[in-house]
Amino acid sequence: MSARVSVQEADFDIASELARLETLGGGGVASFTGVVRGGGGLEALRLETYPGMTQAALETIAEEAQRRWPLTGLTLIHRHGTLPVGARIVLVGTASRHRAAALEACAFLIDWTKTRAPFWKQELFADGVTRWVEARPEDDVAAAAWDSSAEHGRP
Amino acid sequence: MALNLLYFAWVREAIGRDGETIDPPEGVETVAALVRWLAARGGGYAEALAEPMRLRCAVDQSFASLATPIAGAREIALFPPVTGG
Repeated sequence: MSARVSVQEADFDIASELARLETLGGGGVASFTGVVRGGGGLEALRLETYPGMTQAALETIAEEAQRRWPLTGLTLIHRHGTLPVGARIVLVGTASRHRAAALEACAFLIDWTKTRAPFWKQELFADGVTRWVEARPEDDVAAAAWDSSAEHGRP
Repeated sequence: MALNLLYFAWVREAIGRDGETIDPPEGVETVAALVRWLAARGGGYAEALAEPMRLRCAVDQSFASLATPIAGAREIALFPPVTGG
């Protein structure tokens, strides 16, 4: 099992990240990329972290994914700082001998990352207005659905 | 005993600082009681902490409930619900 977890300001290269997962014995590689969504005059998001805790929280989530699914590899990269519309925010990649584990673990990792890691998004608008993003109840529902499936790996 | 407090997102903005070291008085035994004690300072503290339902916390860098005792804790962070991903 080869896990890579990173909290960083810099962008990441999806092709090389997925290529790394493809070298781990084959089967399937699944991925999710989160991108800053535009609209309503939004220019950028500012991502705040809890230095010292954010990396550890992501590592805990990654360990939980490894405990639940037979993964051969995992990548979880989350950016912070000011990210303009269209910029990549987060990459989840999973590798497993079979596709179901890779796909399910990928969904689990993004659901828990959204709700169980200390990040806060602030919206920066073209007119200078800023607004803190509110947590969405449906994100908590999605994350909690994995709680009741701990023994099966399915929501 | 000295306790480090950290504030994030709009909690940090309303209070006007990202953290401080305090010595909680006797009787302040949980995070919720700490929040009430801080809110009583008024100003930005009251603005940020008046509605505990809107707050989340971490005790020594682990997510915790506001009912968590603060005895023995070294670092307590107060923040809104997280919005990463």
